[in-house]
Amino acid sequence: MVACDEAAVVAIFCTENMIMKDRNIPLYTTRMKVAELIESDYNLLLLFPRFGLELGVGDSTVSELCIRQGVSPQLFVMMCNIYSHTDYMPSADDVRQLDVEQLLGYLSRSHTYYVVSRIKPIEEQLKALSAQCSQAHSAVLQRFFAEYEQEVLNHFSYEENTVFPYIRTLMACHKMQPTYDIETFSHNHSNIDDKLCDLKNILVKHLRGIGMAAQTTELLFQIFSLEEDLSRHTFIEDVVLIPLVQHLEKTVYDN
Amino acid sequence: MTTNKRIVIIEPYAMIAQGLRLMIDEIKGYEVSAIIADGHYIERIIPLRPDIVIVNPSMIDIKKRGELDDMAQRLPNAAFAALVYQYVDPDVLRYFKTTIDISDSREKVIVKLRQLLETSEPTTESTELSDREKEILVAVAKGLTNKSIAEQYHLSVHTVITHRKNLTRKTGIKSVSGLTVYAILNNLIDITEVE
Repeated sequence: MVACDEAAVVAIFCTENMIMKDRNIPLYTTRMKVAELIESDYNLLLLFPRFGLELGVGDSTVSELCIRQGVSPQLFVMMCNIYSHTDYMPSADDVRQLDVEQLLGYLSRSHTYYVVSRIKPIEEQLKALSAQCSQAHSAVLQRFFAEYEQEVLNHFSYEENTVFPYIRTLMACHKMQPTYDIETFSHNHSNIDDKLCDLKNILVKHLRGIGMAAQTTELLFQIFSLEEDLSRHTFIEDVVLIPLVQHLEKTVYDN
Repeated sequence: MTTNKRIVIIEPYAMIAQGLRLMIDEIKGYEVSAIIADGHYIERIIPLRPDIVIVNPSMIDIKKRGELDDMAQRLPNAAFAALVYQYVDPDVLRYFKTTIDISDSREKVIVKLRQLLETSEPTTESTELSDREKEILVAVAKGLTNKSIAEQYHLSVHTVITHRKNLTRKTGIKSVSGLTVYAILNNLIDITEVE
């Protein structure tokens, strides 16, 4: 993840701003068959549980599957495009038409998913690995990871307890005390990836002589994959959530 | 078969970026793999593994020049050129290996691209920490601030910061707790000293 104070810049250049040489992979659309979508990039499977989408999709198109299961097809397809096409930037119009409640739901479920399904297993694997080290080394590794986990939890809970309720109030169009705005959020939207990156380097470069090559490799795969996924998550918050809320603020406060 | 050298252009204006791309794409051995026009450049550039990054310095927040360091650090094998067509603070230009001016001819651009690659051979610099760096690492792990480290070792704060940057570059570790782990794993410090 990158420093995110660039959100304002992003909002301005939100349309058509990155051109890639390789145009062979077309963007996904809601008319596409779900099975083909998965075939073209199996990493997208990770998104299904976060949308509460069940497989056994038959010949359904994205649109059919989503509507049947109560998910916004536009949101789903936008998230798929963000995950698979690193050059993709949703247009300001597409962002404004999103269902905000669905977006918040997706982000919340992603938070739970990261903690329960990704971070906890990494913690377990690291624990097993560090059991091979001296007690001091094992303790320091585990403490390091606990700190990282706490950082992530704080970050998520700030969003869930401060940012999301604020957005819901905006949606309900209540007159608000201007004590908070999304600008504050975008400025405070800190990086939570430093420690994860550090852990990667510790495992790749600095942890020696524990003789569990297979386990270390497996753990590193998990960390790399989590890092990539979290960077997409931050990207979504920066280019979808923040511009969307800025738009909402404008509509609410200008009336 | 040799593969083309990959170039990424970070430039907000499509006309300029596309013009430069057309010029570069005609040059044998180079290809523009992406044009980026918004603030999210760092995370997008990394997977592209460019050999050369051409940046309009106005894309970089002046208050956060650290971004350039960050990008350089995460793309150790890439060479950076500034794309210049308006006044740019000379302090900012110092971060770049060369500047490509909007008035440069195609031939001039070819020469500059070649020079960029010549000077950007992978470093063979040792990642072994010096004794002074080890001392500073231990102090950082103990939770001392840059200021108290400077006082303790009779250094300027600026020098301490330089040492810390080198520590991060050599170890690949940014956070204080990560550096502490490193110090303990390498037996530079005992865990009881950082409790």
